[in-house]
Amino acid sequence: MSETQETVRSLAKRIRLHATRMIHTAKSSHLGSNLSMAELMAVLYKRILNVSPETIDDPDRDRLILSKGHAAAGYYAVLAECGFFPLEWLDDFYVDGARLAGHATRGIPGIEVSSGALGHGLAMGAGMALAGKRDEAPYRVFALLSDGECDEGSTWEAAMLAAHHGLDNLVAIIDYNKIQALGHTRDVVDLEPFADKWTAFGWAVREINGHNLEEIETTLSSVPFETGRPSCVIAHTVKGKGVSFMEDELLWHYRNPQGEEYERALAELEGQA
Amino acid sequence: MRTAFIEALTERAAEDPRVMLLVADLGFGVVTDFARRFPKQFLNVGVAEQNLAGVATGLALSGKIVFTYSIANFPILRCLEQLRNDVCYHKANVTSVSVGGGFSYGALGMTHHGTEDLAILRSLPRMKVIAPGDPLEAKAATHAASEGIGPVYLRLGRAGEPTVHSGPIDWQLGRAITVREGTDMTIISTGAMLQTACQTADLLAPQGIAARVISMHTIKPLDEVAILKAAQETGHVVTLEEHSCLGGLGGAVAEVLAEASLPNVRFRRFGIPSEFTKQVGSQEYLREVHGLTPGALAEAMVMKKIA
Repeated sequence: MSETQETVRSLAKRIRLHATRMIHTAKSSHLGSNLSMAELMAVLYKRILNVSPETIDDPDRDRLILSKGHAAAGYYAVLAECGFFPLEWLDDFYVDGARLAGHATRGIPGIEVSSGALGHGLAMGAGMALAGKRDEAPYRVFALLSDGECDEGSTWEAAMLAAHHGLDNLVAIIDYNKIQALGHTRDVVDLEPFADKWTAFGWAVREINGHNLEEIETTLSSVPFETGRPSCVIAHTVKGKGVSFMEDELLWHYRNPQGEEYERALAELEGQA
Repeated sequence: MRTAFIEALTERAAEDPRVMLLVADLGFGVVTDFARRFPKQFLNVGVAEQNLAGVATGLALSGKIVFTYSIANFPILRCLEQLRNDVCYHKANVTSVSVGGGFSYGALGMTHHGTEDLAILRSLPRMKVIAPGDPLEAKAATHAASEGIGPVYLRLGRAGEPTVHSGPIDWQLGRAITVREGTDMTIISTGAMLQTACQTADLLAPQGIAARVISMHTIKPLDEVAILKAAQETGHVVTLEEHSCLGGLGGAVAEVLAEASLPNVRFRRFGIPSEFTKQVGSQEYLREVHGLTPGALAEAMVMKKIA
């Protein structure tokens, strides 16, 4: 493994550890959703996004929208690890009078938009991408979506518009961990054939293993997949990835680890390469 | 008002390339010239109001000053959460323009009656709520919003309303305009009821009642000073709106008067009961149904005055 890959892998690990610790301390929820996106976020911030703490107001910076705003702990973690704000801020996540709320909030350095209500992110991203096109600006817009929010009609309104206007500076990444709030996506409202849907809506689509760093980087480095089309990356992931007893378990959309569960979770995450 | 709006917006778009107009597939004959003249400043998102508000926010966060345009409830209620979370939270320079306030599209039926908008939009943090009283006010309001003053809701009537103001106006956001002076009572009107307010005052005059008429074109921020002054000087305040009596102009003025606890001030709201209007008919007819004509209003106000 190259040094670069090691850096990214280490960041993904720290995102998981921070999120687990934050959600444990806060007694909050959505840990599974944070664990499934760790590699995606690590690659984005280390290898893809042209943004840094010094350029958060640069009109030409790349934009990331975390449309699945409930995965805020991991989002705050990656931003703090990359120097957008002090790591200490993570300690009082969710606490009375603190800075970091349970859903991603604009005003925190590095956060482009507030999210938490599902189905809002892609439309705002499309607006930003459209402005970029009209202004002939070089930036790209990445929107990280949950699978569950692809139930929202508004997601598809934005998808249709982005393709119609040839927004190839827009990338939708779907953290397809296959579990939404009340069950597996296949049992709630099946998204399949998922890739076909995005293709039919006019997007250039690639499916990847959302935990494979090399695959994520290669894929996100090659956007737009087709000139004149927005790019969709369906990242197959595992909800609760990294902690054996949380993987693919709906319970960990809600439960926070305490006592022995917490110790086991940390031990498993620490033990990973 | 629709014509005044698009003319004003066209002027501003020519001056400022940041000004954009987004429509949700409505505005036939209204937006065509704008679209042709400013293709880079125009977008039709299709029949997709959630997208209208979301895309507008993304554009605004990228430096644009965006006007969204559609009919009655479509650009506001269908996408209320987008207005709250996307537009208002981010202080985005987005003005949601609704054409067809009140019963402008009366005969089209309940779906097209914009009769709760002021109450609902007024409750959103950071949202400014404007309902111009005539085309001159619509023009001025459009210019003000196009400067980029954050989230705005602009409620227009339709086309062809009369110009009520006789000369140039000094229109300022949140500053009511006194259209005529009076000492016996005050009619505070919002939106396209302004002409009716003036006609009502005309009918009251021969009965010895000198009614002040105020155009409360901005519901939020509300001109509390003008309301309290009217209450103190005339002792009798009525509100007039083509809107539910709950939470709109009447509600807003009632809040101010109740907290001020002024002695000997009479107050009454004229508007629409909190019901769906099932009668079929034009704006004029539906106003008549709800007693919102000068004759009916003057009579009710006189009775109230005597009682």
